[in-house]
Amino acid sequence: MKLSRLGSFHQSKLSFLRSFIREFKDWDYERNLFDLDENGYGTAIYSFSKNQRSYSLVCFAQHINPEERSDRVIATKWDAAFVLHDGVPTKEDIKRLKENVPKQEVGRVSCKELTLSRANKSVRAFDHVVDSLSQGKQPNKKLLNKVGYLYRTTAVYGSGKFGLADRFRIKDRKEIYGPFRLEMMLVYIVRQFTFDQVNHIAKSKNPDKAIELDLNIARNLGIGNSTGLGMAPFIVNHPTLLHNWIYCREKALKEIRSLEKVEINELNFFKECLAKSKTSINSWVTDSKYQNNKINSLKNGLVKFDQFLKNECSVKQKYLWNKIYTWAENNLEDECLEYVVSMMMEPYDAIIDPLINNMSSEEDEHFTIPAYKKVSDLKKILENNYKSIIKIDFNEKNSNFNFWFISKNKEEPRVANRYEELGAELEQPLAIARDIKKLYEKIIKEEPANTIAEFLLKNDEVRHVVRRAFIVDQFPYSEIQDNTIGASLVPIDMLRLKLSFFGAVKFDPRSDKWLRINMYQGAPLSHEMKTSNDTWVYNVVN
Amino acid sequence: MQSLSEIDTTSKRASKAAGFSWGISEEIGKGVRNLELFGLPGIINLNLYLKKIKKNHPEKINKIGKENKNRELCPIYCGVAFLDQCRELETLNKIKFYNVNYPMLILSFINKASEVLGKRILIKFNNSSILINFNKSILLQNLENKTISTVKEVSIEFLKDKNSFPKQDWKELYKLSEETFVEESESLKTQGAGAGLTDND
Repeated sequence: MKLSRLGSFHQSKLSFLRSFIREFKDWDYERNLFDLDENGYGTAIYSFSKNQRSYSLVCFAQHINPEERSDRVIATKWDAAFVLHDGVPTKEDIKRLKENVPKQEVGRVSCKELTLSRANKSVRAFDHVVDSLSQGKQPNKKLLNKVGYLYRTTAVYGSGKFGLADRFRIKDRKEIYGPFRLEMMLVYIVRQFTFDQVNHIAKSKNPDKAIELDLNIARNLGIGNSTGLGMAPFIVNHPTLLHNWIYCREKALKEIRSLEKVEINELNFFKECLAKSKTSINSWVTDSKYQNNKINSLKNGLVKFDQFLKNECSVKQKYLWNKIYTWAENNLEDECLEYVVSMMMEPYDAIIDPLINNMSSEEDEHFTIPAYKKVSDLKKILENNYKSIIKIDFNEKNSNFNFWFISKNKEEPRVANRYEELGAELEQPLAIARDIKKLYEKIIKEEPANTIAEFLLKNDEVRHVVRRAFIVDQFPYSEIQDNTIGASLVPIDMLRLKLSFFGAVKFDPRSDKWLRINMYQGAPLSHEMKTSNDTWVYNVVN
Repeated sequence: MQSLSEIDTTSKRASKAAGFSWGISEEIGKGVRNLELFGLPGIINLNLYLKKIKKNHPEKINKIGKENKNRELCPIYCGVAFLDQCRELETLNKIKFYNVNYPMLILSFINKASEVLGKRILIKFNNSSILINFNKSILLQNLENKTISTVKEVSIEFLKDKNSFPKQDWKELYKLSEETFVEESESLKTQGAGAGLTDND
């Protein structure tokens, strides 16, 4: 798929925030420790437990000066830092974590820890809520709706980073078969911490007058997140995972389009979700021209779609969903088409639920190159799977415009103009389209009957893309069919692709390289999880 | 403690910085991770080897044959080529590499080849022998040093699929296992199984 299409994906029933709540709704949630001072600084611990298993979020909140507060990855201090511990932490664990977790990338955690994160306050929202509550008043909903959260996370790490547990240690646990489940758990509990913290500070400020944050207001708040380029290489470096995500989405769509009979309650449920979601779209505020064009395209598309739905769709028609999809494909732009696809999944738990556990992947299982195959096999794979890529002329300046690199300061991925910046010789292997083209040019000159092993003896500089080509042959959705170093690259499309699968909403690009989003807005509060329904994402009130 | 993911990433990046291609560096990352997972000294050997080749990048290997000689052989290029060609090499039964640097680094590639082929592989150098079992276990014998900078000869033998125990032991064990079976009476013969006594219809 093209990046512009992938960058138009929306949250859906397949999204990881939603599947996390479905999986953990019957677990026992508890606040085990809440040791904050009157300013809200200190340590808190929350846990989810079931049978013999516990996951504990350890939170450290601290004072930072306003000039130290930055969402950028170069920051070294944050209002709060979090780590998800496997089991119940001992006193020694808490002491160790207290010394390391607030330092984030320069601290070390152990294989007893699973995910790591930090967050900053949205100062205007946070202070306003504390002031209001301490004076016995609920905060201004208009202001809160505009912001949407009290805290923004600026990174969530997992899978072996900074000493965290490797995935192989925990991957066989049934409750975390779905991707990013423990990252989603961390963010969910952080949201609850933010509510507990404002209530606590307000009460400390004015014990006689303070009230607690209204539950309806709290539910309408999520957790913000500032996301930079770090996510973009992830998509390229996890091809089979990307495949599984998109494959499950396509499989769901195919099964829904194949339904001959659509029940009236299914159609009504779809319409209900669509109507509710439109309220939410009106709260998507951004200064980004790029995103505003997308939002307008969505809104205009939905007006057309409403008319079509009203005038031309009835459950009396066979294969109604197929008719709806075909119409949408022919009449709507990507942004609205993908929105309709997400909505079409809503009535179908039976189709979606079995797919969730297929959305993880073991990349290493597909790492070994089948070097016994022939050059002619590889040529065929390249011609079948990279049709548009092998037509790109990389001698053109614009095709070869950017390079991806890892910054020495923060060990984070960056992208830069090859012709203006230094460092292109240290380029990361993320120029897949260019390197595939290079491989193709070599392959067509090679003896077709030679084995790949023989080819690689003379051409190891293209080994990384030989591996990819064989992966793509098995996993057709594993490759972004675009030039990730071209001048027209919009990196935030890569971020949005991943974030949409997370279940993020309110995409707010702050440049073409980073954006803010909201997660869990409208989600059940921790004490409501057991009785929650799955359509909470449409409960956002404006 | 470093996670395996960190070991993989850092080994890969360091190998690229030392002059290997990205594709080979990816193999090294996975290989060193694999050695460390088995409790073998991957990091220490890679570090020493990358230091050694910092100024003079090793020569690549041509197609692997029964006897592979050079002034010095790179364990990485030999290992990767061995893995790539393992199906052909299996027919040679036994292969020798001469003047191999840091031979521990070759193990992970042979380990992977053992899994790909479903064959046990026996490696010998100096007085040590290393039995590779399908990427499931590695048995070391007489390995004196964690790091060996060069060995004159590494022999790699694809082991025949044969039992590692005498027939007599198997017979005795099987006989004992029979004691869990029930002797069939006439009525059990007719009722205990699904099909008829004669099925000529």
